[in-house]
Amino acid sequence: MRTSRALAVGAVALTGALALSACGSDNNNGGASGSGGAGGASTGGASAAAASCFSGKLNGEGSTAQKNAIEAAIKAYQTACSDATINYNATGSGAGIKQFTGKQVDFAGSDSALKTDEAAAAKTACGSDAWNLPMVAGPIAIAYNVKGVTNLVLNADVAAKIFNGVVTTWNDPAITALNSGASLSATPIKVFFRSDESGTTENFTNYLKAAAPSAWTAAPAKKWTGQGEGKEKSAGVSSAVASTDGGITYTEWSYVAQNKLSMAKIDTGSGTPVELTGATAGKAIVAAKQVGTGNDLSLKLDYATKQAGTYPIVLVTYNIVCSKYADAAKGTAVKGFLTSFASDSTQSGLEELGYAPLPKEVQSKVLTAVGAVS
Amino acid sequence: MSSITGASVASQFPGDGPSGRSNIEGDSATSRRIGDRIFAGASRGAGLLVIALVTLIGVFLLAQAIPALLKDQASFLTSREWAPGGDAPRFGIVELLWTTVASSAIAMVIAVPFGVAVALFITQYAPRWLKRTAASLVDLLAAVPSIVYGLWAALTFRSLISPVEGGLQDVLGWFPLFSPTGISGGTIFFIGIVLSIMVLPIVTALSREVFDQTPVTHKEGALALGATRWEMIRTAVLPFGRPGVISASMLALGRALGETIAVTFLVSKLADNTPWTFSLFNGGETFASRIANNAAEFDTPAKTGAYIAAGLVLFVLTFIVNAIARVVIERRKAFSE
Repeated sequence: MRTSRALAVGAVALTGALALSACGSDNNNGGASGSGGAGGASTGGASAAAASCFSGKLNGEGSTAQKNAIEAAIKAYQTACSDATINYNATGSGAGIKQFTGKQVDFAGSDSALKTDEAAAAKTACGSDAWNLPMVAGPIAIAYNVKGVTNLVLNADVAAKIFNGVVTTWNDPAITALNSGASLSATPIKVFFRSDESGTTENFTNYLKAAAPSAWTAAPAKKWTGQGEGKEKSAGVSSAVASTDGGITYTEWSYVAQNKLSMAKIDTGSGTPVELTGATAGKAIVAAKQVGTGNDLSLKLDYATKQAGTYPIVLVTYNIVCSKYADAAKGTAVKGFLTSFASDSTQSGLEELGYAPLPKEVQSKVLTAVGAVS
Repeated sequence: MSSITGASVASQFPGDGPSGRSNIEGDSATSRRIGDRIFAGASRGAGLLVIALVTLIGVFLLAQAIPALLKDQASFLTSREWAPGGDAPRFGIVELLWTTVASSAIAMVIAVPFGVAVALFITQYAPRWLKRTAASLVDLLAAVPSIVYGLWAALTFRSLISPVEGGLQDVLGWFPLFSPTGISGGTIFFIGIVLSIMVLPIVTALSREVFDQTPVTHKEGALALGATRWEMIRTAVLPFGRPGVISASMLALGRALGETIAVTFLVSKLADNTPWTFSLFNGGETFASRIANNAAEFDTPAKTGAYIAAGLVLFVLTFIVNAIARVVIERRKAFSE
């Protein structure tokens, strides 16, 4: 009796140890790449990062949309600066802002700029104005999984009707009108939405309301107001669509490739349907207007744009910082990290992760603003 | 030789012993020893600590929930809305209650007969070399973390259950419990099945212990009177073990009602204003998964209070179920020789 019990316990322990050894990040190469910035990969505009290393810890929290991007930026920065430790907790834009105004974290990641009351709370917490600095442009893809269909074209009106539950089968006349070549069957459309309060939902409903106001009447908000089934976080909705024939959802570009889904081309009325690429998404950012004053770079995107070759559904993630930190060392640390984040070397590496690199005009404004943080 | 059912050797010889005290207390030489008194005190302290803990948890839940309940504009027990933020919060738990109770009921309906059957097999039918192996394997089911259950169910099990759900909806769709809905992800039915797998080891392990305790004389007597093996089990083993099996089921039900991570992973939240349906193939959140999903948004005390009120309902529900189980067990306390 004892032997088989011992064997069973041993087997469980071994399995547990093996499973747990798979956990853990691969940031361990930070220490091995030599001290100082000499060994780090610094080119061009990123050479400033090597000079502005800090030693200590920096804490950020917020948007899940920029999670992959900021993790890559952290890895690059920590490789170059081995004494710095940066933690980013992707709990959602709402949670990040609350932690920032509660002085629990040094910067917040949010998919929408601070609203008036949030900005006032942040100003009180910082003792100075809070700035919204766009760092990551994440296009939102309309991802679908329909057997035998790879080249779906949608426009804002039809998309709004699908996500509102008005259009319920894939061979509805509204969809076949835009897709004359494709063979669509009577498979029911299964809509999946984000069940948590999400900046992605807010940006997507912003697009639907701006581009199709007659079909989408609900006010844009972090909470979903359409129809469908709710799943948790982008990972949940993406894997749900991947395992459901006829599923459709809105999610970040990076999750589409990960789950092997197809993306819809958007017909904006500009002539040819626009496919989502880094370049087409970048054009939407260039066309955006700055509504913040001075170094506060909150942008107003034009979702109803009819410009050729512009993908309209883009999400900009801001990193929200204090313009002047009470602790000067924190200010230096934030400045150093965000300069590296906005630099060419980091931004160009984001495209393979599913983000659009910041266009040059916006990037130079961001670098100026980061330089003014103290 | 005491057992889960509460019978013990000492209770077989009631009455006074030679020193005038009842036998259970022992003689005065032993009960004034320092070791005895420390042990008695420690046991009493542990018992009081547990009672105090449960009471304090109940008090905490009430204290946080009552202000939020007073502010609630909608009827807490019958409303389907859930908007606890802002100045005029409206929240009600009827959807959460239905989903939680339905998925746990499905889990119980599957896990209890299965668990008792496995326990009977291990104790009565299995050859000795198989007993230990089978027992360890079933106990291993309990060692799997719930997040792993959630992952496995989402990635692998879902595709196995889909045809079953489709078949049931086609054949029995006229019955309100099985009427088709558009939900394809986390239906109550699917979550119930996953929960049943998670609580099965609890039922099996405890039932196994109880069935092992069946007095051999009872079993031998039944066999001597000409019973077949199944009749012997039905007349000697099962009645003896009934209180134990009920205890095991209550523990399993407690786990099923409160299971958080696996359910949060699998559940499909319904869009607002979805029409009410009693179908088991509908989506919906349980108490635990709604609280877990929204834990990041506890910014104001009023909003937090709404979620704690939901937790309080779950606490009260489990308490009521356990109380009923206790009453059932007390009425059917094990018979002694």
